[in-house]
Amino acid sequence: MAFMKNPVRSLLLTELLSGMALTLKYFFKPKVTLNYPFEKGPISARFRGEHALRRYPNGEERCIACKLCEAICPAQAITIESEPRDDGSRRTTRYDIDMTKCIYCGFCQEACPVDAIVEGPNFEFATETREELFYNKDKLLANGDRWETEIAQNIALDAPYR
Amino acid sequence: MPKLTIDGKEIEVANGLTVLQACELAGAEVPRFCYHERLSVAGNCRMCLVEMERAPKPIASCAMPVGEGMVIKTDTELVQKARKGVMEFLLINHPLDCPICDQGGECDLQDQAMAFGLDHGRYKETKRAATEKYMGPLIKTIMTRCIQCTRCVRFSTEVAGIEEMGLLNRGGHVEITTLEKAVNTELSGNLVDVCPVGALTSKPYAFHARPWELKKVNSVDVMDAVGSNIRVDVRGREVLRILPRIHEDVNEEWISDKTRYITDGLSRQRLDRPYVRVDGKLKEATWDEAFSAIKEKLSPLKGTEIAAITGDLNDAESMLALKDLMANLGSSNIDCRQDGAKIDSTNRSAYLFNTSIAGLEEADAVLLVGTNPRWEAALVNARLRKRFLEGGFKVGMIGEAVDLTYEYEYLGAGPDTLKEVASGKNSFAKVLKEAKNPMIIVGMGALARKDGAAVLAQAKAISDKFDLVHDDWNGFNILHTAASRVAGLDLGFVPGKDGLDVEGILEGAEKGSVKAVYLLGADEVDTSKLKDAFVIYQGHHGDAGASAADVILPGAAYTEKNGTYVNTEGRVQLGRLAVFPPGEAREDWTILRALSEQVGDALPYDNIGQLRQRLIDVNPVFAAIDQIDTGVWGDFAKTKDKLTSEPFSAFVENFYMTDPISRSSETMSACTEQFVLGKEQGATGTNG
Repeated sequence: MAFMKNPVRSLLLTELLSGMALTLKYFFKPKVTLNYPFEKGPISARFRGEHALRRYPNGEERCIACKLCEAICPAQAITIESEPRDDGSRRTTRYDIDMTKCIYCGFCQEACPVDAIVEGPNFEFATETREELFYNKDKLLANGDRWETEIAQNIALDAPYR
Repeated sequence: MPKLTIDGKEIEVANGLTVLQACELAGAEVPRFCYHERLSVAGNCRMCLVEMERAPKPIASCAMPVGEGMVIKTDTELVQKARKGVMEFLLINHPLDCPICDQGGECDLQDQAMAFGLDHGRYKETKRAATEKYMGPLIKTIMTRCIQCTRCVRFSTEVAGIEEMGLLNRGGHVEITTLEKAVNTELSGNLVDVCPVGALTSKPYAFHARPWELKKVNSVDVMDAVGSNIRVDVRGREVLRILPRIHEDVNEEWISDKTRYITDGLSRQRLDRPYVRVDGKLKEATWDEAFSAIKEKLSPLKGTEIAAITGDLNDAESMLALKDLMANLGSSNIDCRQDGAKIDSTNRSAYLFNTSIAGLEEADAVLLVGTNPRWEAALVNARLRKRFLEGGFKVGMIGEAVDLTYEYEYLGAGPDTLKEVASGKNSFAKVLKEAKNPMIIVGMGALARKDGAAVLAQAKAISDKFDLVHDDWNGFNILHTAASRVAGLDLGFVPGKDGLDVEGILEGAEKGSVKAVYLLGADEVDTSKLKDAFVIYQGHHGDAGASAADVILPGAAYTEKNGTYVNTEGRVQLGRLAVFPPGEAREDWTILRALSEQVGDALPYDNIGQLRQRLIDVNPVFAAIDQIDTGVWGDFAKTKDKLTSEPFSAFVENFYMTDPISRSSETMSACTEQFVLGKEQGATGTNG
């Protein structure tokens, strides 16, 4: 009877129907695609996105210009200049990150002894010009202010594993 | 010569060494904090513990003299355990603030904690803190970081010779104190190098850079004529700090504060483009415009109407280029002694510090004539003090009475006393006569005056009479203050036949017989006399010379060019380019080479190699780098001038400001205010 198999299949359109059945099954299943940018997928607490410089709750900037991030940066994307502030504390006068050089390895936040430079959860910072990707201290501190809640949460979530 | 075994290796060392030194000779590494080769042994950090056979417990190797048949082990379990323990104790009160500490990255404590310490701390109790001490405008203190090694106390009492520093209290409360006074010594910067932790750091350099960012260039200092060996630390186009380099025969491992803290002066008041005076005002110009302005003025002039004076910071190359240029123009009115010092240049040993800086440790009596070595050559003074502390060293002083940090016999103020010594009437004549290796040091305060030649002749008479020069000893010394002076004299940058010296040039310019004057970095001359002359100033800082100039050619400072310098001993040393000159400025000899094409025949060298060859052709001493060739001791200083009775005045009035670079440095002006004008500034409590 084996010689009958193929003609019968073709006659009864079984393959087409099974294909259509699969389609119909997926029609009723929940969708896996996201309607980006209106919908976004979940990201890890360890996600390494756009950089930010954080502040202490009292508004004092955390960065103490130790330059460890500058030293460890494998892409040499960070440039820091520092001098004593008027009150005598050690602060940066310049903190630049060239985001076009950055490879998002996260070494800078690993090196930071005061959790000042962090890679936050933001990944949507595409720009129209190259120049906009040369971040300075103001931009980084503004990022920190904007993302502080999320960043603090992520750090707290990751803390038990450190 | 005791024989001992170190880590299974047998070694024979000199008598009187310590076990630590023997270990070093045997190639075994022994960590230490309080031990320093050039200071006395304190033995209080206990980091250098090693195991000695038949000793009940580990011994402090820095304080233990070597003995015959000692068996030392430096890397046993016991030693490692002891080091871990010591390290833990040292870290108990040391704050964990490496990220904000300027010593971070070059800290002995950091390095040794990594190499020999525990990998974690066990101390949970509160740490002790200490208040900051005020130490003046150069040194920043963070006394909580101090580990009480007492290196700073020993340095200041032994080398610098000041008594202000000390250790107070005992046990856990022990702390270094300065009695809230600035440490008034011109060697204070060395405290920063001596401190193994970040307790004493450099105030002007505070928080500016990390050691790993810096490019290090070995060079030579020009702030005085000692020719200290330095390391210039550079980031980008900026000189950030200057550190000493060890040279046993010159500066050992110290440098003076002026040498060290000059760095901010290198970026202020700089001439970074040519200027030409138009209608009485200096206007920015291009090189071509500046050269054509010079050409226009110089071409109608005769050689005798042109003159050149060089300053104190020049390299030998640029002085030779200028000398050759002046020869091309037919002028013999050249002088490298802008202060008007009456130095005899006929014989090399007539203008050198013949005894040599290291050699003065062999001397047993010295007569200082018109010099304050503490300010004119701080490191020579440190050597004199070192020799004095060994004992059996008599010092006589003619000139202004100043604090030299060691005892001396004050003989008198002026040439009259010098005459008395020469005739044997003065009590010090007996000292010189009885001494085995007597010395005389003649300073610029005695030579840079009207009767300077007569003073020099009198000094020569003294050295002949008291046998200051015998066998292999030469006790006749001229202490220069200008880094370029000896090189200038070696090159014969002195008036030629019928040529005018500085005095003659200035007089001629006033009268109108000298119509053009070329100042190569000469700022110390009386520029008010140059009003009517056409003045070309080539240099790096906008100082007296530049403001009097009609054309300014921007040159390079000593950190910005490869140059040859000869120190007061006659030692030829090479300075190296660390950063490029700012803006349009160029290396000095290249400017003169370019100018020579415009105003006459081009100078016959196109690169520094050819110029150095010419240097050696002019005077072969330039071929022997880092060697001293004093030349033969002969007749010199023949003069008909008469000694006056006017007392010798201080040549350096303000140690912190002697040249265009130090005058434009903010740090140096802070020091001037503090130490020279005496405005004591206490700690404010908010200065970090």
